[in-house]
Amino acid sequence: MRTILRATAAGAVLAFAAFGANAQTVKLAFIDPLSGLMAPVGQNQLNSWRYIADLANQKNWAGGPKFEIVPFDNKLSPQESLNALKQVIDQGIRYVLQGNGSSVALALADAIAKHNERNPGKEILYLNYAAVDPDLTNSKCDYWHFRLDANSDMKMEALTTFLAKDKNVKNVYLFNQNYSFGQAVAKAAKEYLARKRPDIKIVGEDLHPLAQVKDFAPYVSKIKAAGTDTVITGNWGSDLALLIKAAKDAGLTANFYTYYGATTGVPTAMGAAGEERVKYVGYWNVNNEKFVGADVAMGFNKKYKDDYYTMATYTGIAMLAKAFKETKSTDPVKVAAALEGMKVQSLNGEVEMRKSDHQAQQPLYIAKWVKLNGKDVKYDQENTGYGWKTEVVLDTYVAAQPTSCQMKRPK
Amino acid sequence: MEFFLISLLNGVSYGLLLFMLSSGLTLIFSMMGVLNFAHASFYMIGAYLAYTLGLKLGFFPALFLAPILTGLFGALIERFGLRKVHRYGHVAELLFTFGLAYLIEESVKVIWGLASMPYRIPAVLDGPLFTLYTTSFPKFRGFMMLVALAMLFSVYLLLMRTRIGLVIQAALTHPQTVEALGHNVPRVFMLVFGGGTALAGLAGVIGGAAFITEPSMAASVGPIVFVVAVVGGMGSLAGAFLASLLIGIVQTFAIALDWSLAGMLAAVGIGVTESTPLYSLWKLQLSQVAPVLPYLLLVLMLIFRPKGLLGTRAD
Repeated sequence: MRTILRATAAGAVLAFAAFGANAQTVKLAFIDPLSGLMAPVGQNQLNSWRYIADLANQKNWAGGPKFEIVPFDNKLSPQESLNALKQVIDQGIRYVLQGNGSSVALALADAIAKHNERNPGKEILYLNYAAVDPDLTNSKCDYWHFRLDANSDMKMEALTTFLAKDKNVKNVYLFNQNYSFGQAVAKAAKEYLARKRPDIKIVGEDLHPLAQVKDFAPYVSKIKAAGTDTVITGNWGSDLALLIKAAKDAGLTANFYTYYGATTGVPTAMGAAGEERVKYVGYWNVNNEKFVGADVAMGFNKKYKDDYYTMATYTGIAMLAKAFKETKSTDPVKVAAALEGMKVQSLNGEVEMRKSDHQAQQPLYIAKWVKLNGKDVKYDQENTGYGWKTEVVLDTYVAAQPTSCQMKRPK
Repeated sequence: MEFFLISLLNGVSYGLLLFMLSSGLTLIFSMMGVLNFAHASFYMIGAYLAYTLGLKLGFFPALFLAPILTGLFGALIERFGLRKVHRYGHVAELLFTFGLAYLIEESVKVIWGLASMPYRIPAVLDGPLFTLYTTSFPKFRGFMMLVALAMLFSVYLLLMRTRIGLVIQAALTHPQTVEALGHNVPRVFMLVFGGGTALAGLAGVIGGAAFITEPSMAASVGPIVFVVAVVGGMGSLAGAFLASLLIGIVQTFAIALDWSLAGMLAAVGIGVTESTPLYSLWKLQLSQVAPVLPYLLLVLMLIFRPKGLLGTRAD
């Protein structure tokens, strides 16, 4: 009798344990700036992750496990990020999300690789959703690092393919922030333009300090004096907003091809000034042909009074959920293996996490800043009455790049 | 020529905004010896208040009201904060304003949120003022220059032609004597602090609309106002004016010039290539280091002429 009871009890405990594992909550550590100059961007992205995590929890994407986002402020500094990573490790969190600043991403990828090597059984998986320095999936690629955004070279490939078709483009000015990402943009722009449109002249190039310049009027008069008709810039945050404002004030009529025209603060600063002249290249636009993801964007806007633009959050959670389901586990070791080569349907179409370098392959969008028209431009940004009109959707293969990554996989 | 004239105009107008920003700091610093780290925060408060008031009242009433409210707030801070801290010396005051800057920034984030405000230039002032060859000069920059000059003129009158101005003048050089003569120096302090912060608020009303209104706007102009105050000379409004213009013009023209040491060496026949040691230093262009030039000026000024361009006190 006693043994039977004991067996039943043990069985019940086991059943509970299994159930517990099924309904467990997986914590994802969000390490990005939540204070300082880029805080508005970081806060927006934190909300984006939370919103998609809630969505996934409601609809049970992962077949049991729930997502929880745990924020850590890294003040956009690699050093602070490593401190945050220590906390993450101490709290037993096994997943890291980060996106702002390739300098931060390089530091984190390196630290996580070392940690995983030294602490088998406690591996951490790193989802990079916006740091786009090509090195991260080339010479400095790592097994535990997965990039959800298209890297800077891919975006430049897409941008120059589009730009090359415009015969009016003759004099291009490269205007970027002076750090690894801005330099990568300038370098790629020169290379790809020389390949696709050797007749285009680079009339000037500037690298200015990151997030320090308030008055861009002098730069704009320099751009104008060079006879520029098209500006290519990887600037983000206030560096982009103020540049475009100054360009409008000085009556500069050049077109702007940007990477980050849709990020927090830029639409407000542009307003009418950027109409028809500012474009961006990215992985999604809410005003796409079928308005895929508009429900997400609207729901987000209602909840946070802000724009949803970091669509990589959707891809990221979708991929993790699929990996949890497939492996019936939330162990980063199994999940990492499942993520390699995984394909999911995201808001921009099919996204593949390429096995060779962990660089997501996805369609890219080029969009133009125009007035709302209720037809193909239904959704505005930051309540400006202006929104992004999709000019072209480039298939995945157009922007695909070869990789020099020699991935070392754990045995 | 077009480029030169436009750059000059840009430089002068930027310099004048700098002057609006830093004149208050100069006054407070020279008068009370308080290095007000929170000065740029009042600039931010001015911008946010002007935006909020502007929604209800329009830009021009806000242009007057926002600086006054900022000044009142500054006066209250002095009366109930700084004055208590004052007796513990300058270090305590410094730490106080340092903490205050953080407090204000966080409060602004709590009240107005983290995103930038859609604070825009009023329609009357939007658009080109005149066109020089092919480049237009915006009306708002002209307005900015006008306000700065009007401000300089009225502060000058106040300091030179009124009784309170005389007391302030006297307190610049002989604070103890002024107190001994029976003037209510604490109240003068409150007035100066309030006035100084009001000037920063005025700069905020203009600067916030011209550039961007967001929680980090204080942190981004914080250091440059100190440069102006130090280069101009402690306590010298005229010095601050000169220094602002100098910095504005130097920075504007430096951006325009793609000179580098490598280029200079090449001109005298010394080739510098990527294999040359310290190549990254040689190839640095003047335009790249332009934003750092004011700080270089600050360091050089402190080494060679600590009292600044037109300073009266060297201590």
